[in-house]
Amino acid sequence: MRQRPVLDVSSLPDFAFGPRSTMWWGTLGFCALEGTGFAIAAGAYLYLAWLNPQWPLSAPPPALTWSSLFTVLLVASAVPNWLVQRAARRQDLRAVRLWMVVMSLIPLALMALRAAEFPALMVRWDVNAYGSIVWLLLGLHTLHLVTDAADTWVLTALMFTGHVVGKRYSDVSDNAFYWNFVVASWLPIYGLLYWAPRLA
Amino acid sequence: MRPRAGVACVLPLALAGCQGWQSALDPQGPQARSLADIIWVFTGVAVAVWVLVAVALAAALLRRRAEPPDPLSRAPDRERAMGYAVGGCVALTLVVILALTGYSYATQKELFSTHEGRITILLTGHQFWWDVRYEDPAPSRVFSTANEIHIPVGEPVRIKLEASDVIHSFWVPSLLGKQDLIPGRQNLVRLQADRPGVYRGQCAEFCGWQHAHMSLLVVAHPREEFEAWRDAQLASAAPPSTDEQKEGQRVFLSNPCMTCHTVRGTSAGAVAGPDLTHLASRRMLGAGMLPLTRGNLAAWVVDAPGVKPGVHMPSIKLEPHELHPLLAYLEGLK
Amino acid sequence: MLADTWGTRPGLMGALTAVDHKIIGRRYIVTAFMFLCLAGLAAVVMRVQLARPESRVVGPDLYDQLFTMHGTTMMFLFAVPVMEAFAVYLVPLMVGTRNIAFPRLNAFSYYVYLFGGLMIWVAFALNAGADTGWFAYVPLSGPENSPGKRVDLWAQMITFTEVAALAVSVEIIVTVLKLRAPGMTLDRIPLAVWSQLVTAFAVLFAMPAVMIASTMLIMDRLVGTHFFNHAEGGDALLWQHLFWFFGHPEVYIIFLPATGFVSSIVVTFSRRPIFFYVGMVAALVATAFLAFGLWVHHMFATGVPQLGSSLFTASSMLIAIPSGLQIFCWIATLWSGRPVYTTALLFVLGFLINFVAGGVTGVMLASVPLDTQVHDTYFVVAHFHYVLIGGAVFPLLGAVYYWFPKFTGRLLDERLGRWHAATAFVGFNLAFFPMHILGLMGMPRRVYTYQPEMGWGPLNMLSSVGAAIFFVSFVMLLWNVVASLRNGAVAGPNPWDAGTLEWATTSPPAPQNFDRIPVVTHREPLWAERDALPVATGLRVGVREVLVTTATDATPDIRETAPTPSIWPLISAILTAIAFIGSIFTPWAVLWGGVPVGAALIAWFWPKGDPEDY
Ligand code: HEA
Ligand code: HEA
Ligand code: HEC
Ligand code: CUA
Ligand SMILES: [Cu+2]
Repeated sequence: MRQRPVLDVSSLPDFAFGPRSTMWWGTLGFCALEGTGFAIAAGAYLYLAWLNPQWPLSAPPPALTWSSLFTVLLVASAVPNWLVQRAARRQDLRAVRLWMVVMSLIPLALMALRAAEFPALMVRWDVNAYGSIVWLLLGLHTLHLVTDAADTWVLTALMFTGHVVGKRYSDVSDNAFYWNFVVASWLPIYGLLYWAPRLA
Repeated sequence: MRPRAGVACVLPLALAGCQGWQSALDPQGPQARSLADIIWVFTGVAVAVWVLVAVALAAALLRRRAEPPDPLSRAPDRERAMGYAVGGCVALTLVVILALTGYSYATQKELFSTHEGRITILLTGHQFWWDVRYEDPAPSRVFSTANEIHIPVGEPVRIKLEASDVIHSFWVPSLLGKQDLIPGRQNLVRLQADRPGVYRGQCAEFCGWQHAHMSLLVVAHPREEFEAWRDAQLASAAPPSTDEQKEGQRVFLSNPCMTCHTVRGTSAGAVAGPDLTHLASRRMLGAGMLPLTRGNLAAWVVDAPGVKPGVHMPSIKLEPHELHPLLAYLEGLK
Repeated sequence: MLADTWGTRPGLMGALTAVDHKIIGRRYIVTAFMFLCLAGLAAVVMRVQLARPESRVVGPDLYDQLFTMHGTTMMFLFAVPVMEAFAVYLVPLMVGTRNIAFPRLNAFSYYVYLFGGLMIWVAFALNAGADTGWFAYVPLSGPENSPGKRVDLWAQMITFTEVAALAVSVEIIVTVLKLRAPGMTLDRIPLAVWSQLVTAFAVLFAMPAVMIASTMLIMDRLVGTHFFNHAEGGDALLWQHLFWFFGHPEVYIIFLPATGFVSSIVVTFSRRPIFFYVGMVAALVATAFLAFGLWVHHMFATGVPQLGSSLFTASSMLIAIPSGLQIFCWIATLWSGRPVYTTALLFVLGFLINFVAGGVTGVMLASVPLDTQVHDTYFVVAHFHYVLIGGAVFPLLGAVYYWFPKFTGRLLDERLGRWHAATAFVGFNLAFFPMHILGLMGMPRRVYTYQPEMGWGPLNMLSSVGAAIFFVSFVMLLWNVVASLRNGAVAGPNPWDAGTLEWATTSPPAPQNFDRIPVVTHREPLWAERDALPVATGLRVGVREVLVTTATDATPDIRETAPTPSIWPLISAILTAIAFIGSIFTPWAVLWGGVPVGAALIAWFWPKGDPEDY
């Protein structure tokens, strides 16, 4: 078919931040599907709680210590996360490096707290359905924590080696966006596992 | 032996007169009758919708048309007319489905609002047979049988549905629609037959290898006959009368049989398999698999897994001099 | 030059590293059809067994495996993937871009799908085929009642295919939202693309439910959790809720892309644009939306509360509105167009007739009381084959005839095609219509045999004869494909004089799809721009670059580089498969299997020095 040039796109930029980039939408897509997974697991928790006359089943509600420390640290991490995002948008390499290191270390502390959390639940996964669903929810969230941490480490390494180009700042910003999802998805789970049984 | 033995329906056209003994279109009780009504009404609407669509499609294709020059040229009045037609069809669809929903809801309320009945039966599904327990406030009037439910004609019977292992589903098409038997839960249904007769039902939820052979019979009697049946079932097993039967009872009690079966009045009191106290009063063997004859019984006792692969009853090694007395004994369990 | 930049290297290494959406899409399509054949052959054996009462062709053990493999393969390995496969191939072409978004992820998802399907069929060949039905109800599929590895393999196959489906749906969403040709505003997106977009969203929100469910099942079986064990506070119905919360949307995930095929074919061969485009888009969205509120209609016999269940009756029937609207609009389009009776259109006509028949029986099933009679009988089997085959496979076959020239450069034989369509129509109806009556006559589904006195013999025989005729129709298709690949008529870029962008390029398309990105001025761009296609210039030639546009107006926004071929998706998929399969035998496989997967993923994303990496 004959062609008739009507448009020249050669002057367009070769990367952009946020919803302008494809990677941001891909990240959003994964957040949506993983968020659905969380919602469904939480729905299963509520369904089982509603079905059983006594809930939690033969166990006290899980202790608040580790989980609350975890929650505080996780929420606090939103601040450096915001800073890394801002630095990336400004393409300020020094600041990006600094805050990426911080954001690489925070998940380590969080994983340590989570490791302390599982034994503190006082119920094993194979004791009853309550134990099973609590472990499942915590496990799901831990999986997200670990994968995003690994992501962050790789990106940090890239930012310290000879791979820094414009597009990489956009990747840093999308990674920070995903971390926000890890933070936001935890809060309802925290409320459900630790506070709902106390309030009910 | 089977008063309402099935009659094959060969042609779809013969459907209306179809008298299968397990057919939703051959209702023999009030519930199945409302259900057959709703099936016919919905089928009528469905056929009408389908025919209308097919006619419209045919008209669209066969319509004579002038040659329009260009795919993008449009005749505005025809587009508008088609808009009205499509809008009208959508509106009509809405009306039809609202009517159907209302009718469905009314039938649902009528059918499932009460589960009352003078008689209560606890029906428990097992892979691959039915335990039928007649409940009563007086413990002495409680008894169990298997794979055959007897009810008095013309009155509702309450049935509690439970399952021991996996999900099964209770369904007697000519009397009532199906309801599942789910481990850890209890469902309720109401069963009623208009006329005396034998109605066949079949497990409707896939439950393993012998899902295909997990059927049961509902036998509806006039009230007095039912009472007589119940009194007979309440009694303990008939004691063996002949020497052969006595020997048979000894064989029964000295073999693994008693680790699974109950024969009331003997030391056999296990519940892993059907209650055999009045085995010989039943019509079928192995949850509707075989008519209860001596030959079938012999085949069953010696090699149940050969007869019904996957069954939870082992084949039992019996010498001929043990088998014959055992059969005589079992046949005496009237 | 462009073809060099975007090309795939010849040879084995090229094949294993390919990321071209056309290559991956072609593999996806062929693989899905291979699974159709396997599952269809399983059905043929079932029909032989059921043709006569008490036949002994297969015993209960094999029969249970056969229908489970048939249903599972048809749903998870054929119907859903084949629709995705068409999306992978066609969507980038139809929106006028050079590759799918995240092409390496696309390659990865194909391999994961392939390995999952191979795993379950190898297991079947080793007599470890799943045997608890395609929805594997607990407790039958639980640790007590299904010892052995059969169900574990089934549940893990679910995980494989869902990972693949979810990844593809993200790719499709991003491709449609961000990679559309300039000027392709929302109201100029072809309906086939809309249907894939809506479907991708449905996948995004439906599939996680079955992944959670299958994970719970695996955990109950392998590490002793109690999600479904009522003795420890779990519940058997939890499985059913989770499964059908996915399972009902699943059927529209199969059906909606098929409506996209129908719209394309109807438009092209009526020679006019679709009637009521906006309504058609709204119908897609409404169907997908309602699809999430119907799942309980598969559970009417479980004793769910009465009032609740009647709400699901209402919502199920409501689906008739958008479905009806689509049917009416297609008929209106045909009415006011000038139909050209190609094989593709014949299949679409068959679709209209058969799908409406299946749709109205769906409305019957939606009634709670009525369903208590026909649930789990052959009436339901008839319903879903009418909607699945009539509603999805017929359009799919039409799509094969329609796009085959684009995929291969050659036309399928139309004469044989007509015979194929006629045989398929007759065979299909003969095979499945009698099942309605069988269901009403009390024949439950999933029975390996039945007794002669039930009177179901003649109709079953009829149905089996129909299935044989239907089988012959597939052989005709196979023949047509093989023969036409060798010496079919050469197609040229636009053999049907169609209006959408995939027909603006060569058949088969060059690696870069379009030499210059088209600029869209109309919903049927090739009809509106007959003399010369308006195009955009300025993308780099020596580097893989795609044009990213804004999500709603499709105005050009950035030029992004696109990934180059890579072996790492394949390696990651192999390692993932090892971890998944290993986890069937020891839960620790998740840990020791996860490490290499992580390493492979890092290698995948680590820049290798191509200009595309920077
Ligand atoms: C492509 C797949 C597909 C599609 C499109 C549908 C469409 C529909 N299905 Fe179907 N269904 C399945 C695949 C599908 N189904 C499968 C696989 C199962 C069984 C799973 C299993 O158990 O293994 C199943 C089972 C199933 C059940 C459960 C039955 C049971 O197990 O007891 C129900 C109950 O409500 C149901 C209802 C419907 C309805 C109301 C529609 C509606 O969407 C239909 C709407 C369409 C029309 C109505 C026709 C067009 C409309 C008009 C021409 C307008 C005029 C119409 C009227 C006035 C009515 N389906
Ligand atoms: C898209 C989905 C789909 C499709 C296309 C089909 C196609 C067919 N189905 Fe399917 N079916 C299901 C989905 C589907 N089915 C599902 C979900 C179930 C429920 C399972 C369950 O209960 O768990 C089911 C159950 C089911 C049953 C009920 C089993 C039972 O309950 O006991 C039956 C019985 O007849 C049946 C028959 C058929 C037949 C004859 C075909 C035919 O149309 C098949 C046609 C295809 C072919 C015949 C293949 C052609 C092969 C070639 C061309 C290869 C040639 C090559 C060589 C010879 C080397 N199916
Ligand atoms: C391990 C348990 C077990 C043992 C041992 C066992 N049975 Fe059974 N039996 C069953 C089960 C379970 C059934 C129901 C099978 C079915 O229909 O699916 C059954 C069914 C029967 C039936 C048919 C009942 C009916 O109403 O259909 C008879 C008769 C019977 N057993 C007799 C015997 C005899 C006699 C023996 C010993 C020689 C025996 N059984 C040993 C478990 C057992
Ligand atoms: Cu019990 Cu099927
Ligand atoms: Cu459904």
